[in-house]
Amino acid sequence: MRLSDRLLLSGDEAVAHAARDAGFALATGYPGTPATEIVESFHELGGKAQWSPNEKVALEVGIGVAFAGARALVAMKHVGVNVAADPLFTVAYAGVKGALVVVSADDPGMASSQNEQDNRRYAVAAGAPMLEPSDSQEAYDYALLAAEISERWGVPALLRMTTRVCHSKTVVVKNGAAPPPRAPGFERDLQSRVMIPAHARPAHRKLRRKLAEIEAWNVAAGPNLRVAGADGLGIVTSGIAFQHVREAAPEAAVLKLGMTHPLPMAAIREFAAAHGRTIVVEEGDPYLADALRAAGIRVEARPETYRFGELNAGRVRRLLAGDATEEPAPAKGTPPQLCPGCPYRTVFTTLRALDCIVAGDIGCYTLGALPPFEGMDSQLCMGASVGVGLGLRHALPPEQARRVVSVIGDSTFVHSGITGLVEMIYNPPPTGHVLLILDNGTTAMTGLQEHPGTGRSIDHRATGKVVFEDLARTLGVTNVHVIDPTADAGAFRDLLAGCLASNAASVVIARRNCLLAAGAIKAYEQCNEQPS
Amino acid sequence: MNSHPDGKVTSVVVAGLGGQGVLTASEIVAVVAFRAGLDVKKSEIHGMSQRGGSVTSDVRFGPRVFSPMTPAGEADFVVALAADQADGVRGLLRAGGCLITPSAIDEKALRSKKSLNVALLGALSARLAFSEQAWLDAIRAVLPPKFHAVGLEAFLAGRKGNAC
Ligand SMILES: Cc1ncc(C[n+]2csc(CCOP(=O)(O)OP(=O)(O)O)c2C)c(N)n1
Repeated sequence: MRLSDRLLLSGDEAVAHAARDAGFALATGYPGTPATEIVESFHELGGKAQWSPNEKVALEVGIGVAFAGARALVAMKHVGVNVAADPLFTVAYAGVKGALVVVSADDPGMASSQNEQDNRRYAVAAGAPMLEPSDSQEAYDYALLAAEISERWGVPALLRMTTRVCHSKTVVVKNGAAPPPRAPGFERDLQSRVMIPAHARPAHRKLRRKLAEIEAWNVAAGPNLRVAGADGLGIVTSGIAFQHVREAAPEAAVLKLGMTHPLPMAAIREFAAAHGRTIVVEEGDPYLADALRAAGIRVEARPETYRFGELNAGRVRRLLAGDATEEPAPAKGTPPQLCPGCPYRTVFTTLRALDCIVAGDIGCYTLGALPPFEGMDSQLCMGASVGVGLGLRHALPPEQARRVVSVIGDSTFVHSGITGLVEMIYNPPPTGHVLLILDNGTTAMTGLQEHPGTGRSIDHRATGKVVFEDLARTLGVTNVHVIDPTADAGAFRDLLAGCLASNAASVVIARRNCLLAAGAIKAYEQCNEQPS
Repeated sequence: MNSHPDGKVTSVVVAGLGGQGVLTASEIVAVVAFRAGLDVKKSEIHGMSQRGGSVTSDVRFGPRVFSPMTPAGEADFVVALAADQADGVRGLLRAGGCLITPSAIDEKALRSKKSLNVALLGALSARLAFSEQAWLDAIRAVLPPKFHAVGLEAFLAGRKGNAC
């Protein structure tokens, strides 16, 4: 290898490189830390990339690409897989012709997420093979391998990454040549792709047969690494935990699993039998430990305290020593804040002044829950503000119900708030409701991505635009208002107060561009106006 | 010299607030080590970094690096861009490790406050084995061209600073 063959890439960039090198026809997804840069890098590398309104749609588009025989990459953060779970489970039955690689970027420790769910469980539940890279080199290699597995067995393949793999830059050398993609073309196969019960029953059996074959392949030729060491202690691990293990216990024998579903049980059984003690070191849920013990393999699980948060070499040292005592708290940092001058500041000051009960949502505006505003009363998952606000209105006594407002960002509204709005007009509470859409013209939280409400695609060029006020009126909302909350804070307050006092279903769109995006938005608009 | 010419891994943690250029600084360190042919891992937590919250980024380099994260108490160098954050991050250092804060340099002499990150890299560079030229090249590779002049000047000023 020459020095000049080396690249320094993040895990996200490495996946995008692999997809480009393997001729993927499309990369799609919905932004979400730590996955966002996968689709963005694919775009920067010249690939066809796009943002979908949400992860479910993104996956469905990817499935169509793979049905056409081409290769699709669909990337999302861990909670995005919840949104995309419906098509994922059934496309595993249906199978694909071209490669369908789905990246789940998990966030143990919740650097930027609302939970730390472990999506390795999805691979089992959906019946999809899963690869887990531990650095950028493996992110590159496994993305290629995932495409190969997906095409060879006609199944969607999961590439499960975590924050430290996605966002760490490590050295990558492109060794493996990617097999060229097939030419796309439609082949009718309604038995496989129309999942009525009569077709789905045999499809389920077929999927289990494929998984048995993949397990056998994983035992014989899977991307699993055995590090020789002293006989006494054996460690079974996967993903980033492997890197911590190698630093914390350089002498130990290690079995590193690159493909963690279906597990190479025979290989693990043999490894465990060769060592006096076998410990499982994994980040997140006891996924490996539970599976191995259920299979009758004698392994030790970690103390429960290591289920929480990220691992690092220091924690792995403690873990291996069986230390379950309380760990020193990490240094407290400065929490993020709404930017000085952010239009949301006026919004939350007003909501507090009106003593609103705020069913909130996810985005930069969630920072309105922190002091000095403390202006949000609930926040769960994207889109939940609308339904939760309506439920509160249905159940609370009228004088409290009238104070309830659902607050949602523009990108979040497109992602999963529109169906909530349909619920609002279909099942209106007796006191009506107020849906406040904070339209700052961008997806600010994840780094200023475009979305269907901006009317610009990932390359910032003009495309079809969802106009929220038109949409709300078309759906039958009569009380629709558009206002810049910063232009006249008093007028904004009076408008909200009026909506709260009425028994109508109201949509208030507070429109003011994000400070961080305003300059760029102006430039895109000017650029798009010029005749091409 | 605080780094490990004997083949051990050197760990540098850059800490500061969103907007201070933490990730730019760690990128420059990573590029210097990468171009020297070493194994490098650079890790960072971003996401809300643009909203003024704390940001830290680790760079580890040597013949072979495993974990991208520096365990608390094992950093060889901590570069703290905000003086009031120094206490919070001191615990990351190993015994005998080197804390580099804005007091290591003459802040008033900087042409732009924005170049504090590169100036502190200057102070760091004096304690690492890479050549001055390698640093200047890496700074040019990472910073946008319009910041080259100010950045290089700040770096060279910082290189004369004294830390530890
Ligand atoms: C299912 C799911 N996908 C993605 C995310 C990551 N995420 C959180 S909020 C958000 C969008 C925020 O944009 P917007 O609603 O416009 O609010 P802003 O940040 O601009 O205030 C994203 C992408 C998530 N939490 N859940």
